[in-house]
Amino acid sequence: MNIYIQLAYLIASVLFIIGIKKMNKTSEARNGNLISSVGMLIAILATVVQVEAISLIDIFICMIIGSAIGLYTAYKVEMTQMPEMVAVFNGFGGLASVFVSISDYWLKSQEHVINIDIITVISIMLSVFIGGITFTGSMIAWGKLSGKVNGNAIIFKGQHPLNLVLFIVSVVLSVLAVIYQADYIYIIILTVVSFILGVLVVIPIGGADMPVVISLLNSYSGMAACTTGFVLNNNVLIVAGALVGASGIILTNIMCKAMNRSLVSVLLGGFGATNTSGGAAGGSDIVVKEVGVEEAAMLFDSASSVIVVPGYGMAVAQAQHIIKELMEQCEKRNIDFRFAIHPVAGRMPGHMNVLLAESNVPYDKLIEMDDINDDFANTDIVFVVGANDVVNPAARTNPQSPIYGMPILNADKARTVIVSKRSMGKGYAGVENELFGYPNCLMLFGDAKQTITKVVGELKES
Amino acid sequence: MNVEGLIILLYVLVLGSYLGFELINKVPPTLHTPLMSGSNAISGITIVGAILATNELGYTTLSKWLGMLAVIFAMINVVGGYAVTDRMLKMFKKK
Repeated sequence: MNIYIQLAYLIASVLFIIGIKKMNKTSEARNGNLISSVGMLIAILATVVQVEAISLIDIFICMIIGSAIGLYTAYKVEMTQMPEMVAVFNGFGGLASVFVSISDYWLKSQEHVINIDIITVISIMLSVFIGGITFTGSMIAWGKLSGKVNGNAIIFKGQHPLNLVLFIVSVVLSVLAVIYQADYIYIIILTVVSFILGVLVVIPIGGADMPVVISLLNSYSGMAACTTGFVLNNNVLIVAGALVGASGIILTNIMCKAMNRSLVSVLLGGFGATNTSGGAAGGSDIVVKEVGVEEAAMLFDSASSVIVVPGYGMAVAQAQHIIKELMEQCEKRNIDFRFAIHPVAGRMPGHMNVLLAESNVPYDKLIEMDDINDDFANTDIVFVVGANDVVNPAARTNPQSPIYGMPILNADKARTVIVSKRSMGKGYAGVENELFGYPNCLMLFGDAKQTITKVVGELKES
Repeated sequence: MNVEGLIILLYVLVLGSYLGFELINKVPPTLHTPLMSGSNAISGITIVGAILATNELGYTTLSKWLGMLAVIFAMINVVGGYAVTDRMLKMFKKK
C-alpha cells in the first residue's frame, strides 16, 4: 500500500486522539469534535483514492444516502431522545462491521477462491460475532428506550443456559469456518446466532439499567471496528476502535459503581422485576404530605437556597425548559439555585446535563454528586423532579433493600424536600421510597411540566 | 496475515486502548453524553473497510452489495454521530 495513504491514516489516528483529548474540557469539546471529524474525512479521502474509478459512483451514491439519513436524524432528534439515537447509531456501526467482514470473506473464499489464513478467518468471525450482537442488542435497547419494546426486564426460565449454549455454538462455528473455508454456511449461521444473542442479552435488562447497556454497546461497536481492522490489516480502524472500546468500558464502569452493582449482575438482568415483591413487603404504609402549587411557590419565594435533583421523569415530562424559568424566578430573588446530578440519573451517562444545557442552564450550575452531597444539610429546599431511587435513604439505612449500598444524593438532609411526581408509583428498583414519608418531605403531585408551570406562574405574580 | 503482522496490530491495539483509558478517564461527567455520541461517530471508521469492500468486482457479487450497504450504515453512524455531537456541544454554555 502506498506510503502516502498510510501516512494519511496515521494523521487521522492522531486527530482522533487529539479530538478525544479535547473532550476533557467543556470549553474545548466542540473543537475536539471538529478535529475528530476532520480525521474521519482524511481517512475517508485516503480510502477513496485507492478505489477504481468505476466504483466511485456507487460509493458516492451510498455515502450521500448515508449522510443524508444521518444529518436528517441528527438535526431532527429531540434532546430527550438522545439515548435512543445513540443506541441506533451504535447498532448501525455494528451492522456495518458485519457486512464488511462477510463481504471480505465472500470475496476471498467464494469469488477469488483463495486460501485465507487462520488469523484473518478468526478476525472475520469475531467481527461478525461482536458486530452482530452490537446490532440487534442496540436495536432492542432502542426499542426499550423509545417504548416500542416492553421496557421492563423480560426474563424466562433457562435464559442464561441458552445464552451459554449459543456462545459455545458460536465458538464451534468459528472453528468449523477455519477448517472448511469454502463452506459459507458457517458464517451465515454465526451471523444469525449473533443476532439472536444480541436480542437475548439485552431483553432481561430493565429501563434504569440502560445507562450501563448503552455504554457497553458503545464499547462493543468500538471492538467491532477493531476486529474489522484485524480483518483488513488496517491500523486506523484498530486505533479508532480501541479508543471507542476504552471509552465505552470506562463509562460502563462508572455507571456500575454509581449503582453499586457489578457488571455481571447488570448483565444477568432481571433487576426490579425480581425484587418487586421483596421490596414492597414492609413499606406500603408510608404516609405522605401533599403540597399545593400556591404553597410550593411560597416556599420557593421564602427560601435562600434551592437544589434541584432531576431524574428520568424530567425528561419524560419535558420539564427542563420550565425548570430553567423556575431558576430565573429564583435568581431574581437572589436565591442560590443549583442542580445536583447523580451519575445514573436518566437513561444514559450525562443525560441530565444535555437536557439542561438545551434549556440554557449554564453548566457550572450542574454539580456532581460528590461535590454537592455535603451541601444538602444547609439547603432550604431540595426540589426532586422525576427522580426516585437516587434519593432513597433506604440505600443508606436498610440492608434488606435491593438498592442498599448505592451512593445517593443526600436530599433528605435538607430543611424541606419537595418531590414533583406523577403518582405514588415506585421507582425502577420496585422499592418504596422512605423519603416520601419523612416529616420534611412534601409531595407535589401531577405532571412535572404542568405543576412547575403553575408554580412559576405564581412566582411571577407575587 | 502472518504472525509478525498480527503482533504489530496487537501492539497498536494495546497501546491504543491504554491511551483511550488514560484520555477518557479525565472527561468530566457533564460531557459523558457528547463523549458517547462523539466516540460513536469514531466507531464509524468501519467506513474505510466498507469503501474498500465496495471497490470489488461487478454487481453480480454479494461482496459488492454488502459493501454498499456497509457504506450507507457506516456513513449514517459517522455523519449523524458528529452532527448530533456538535449540536449538543453548541448548547453547553458557561454563565
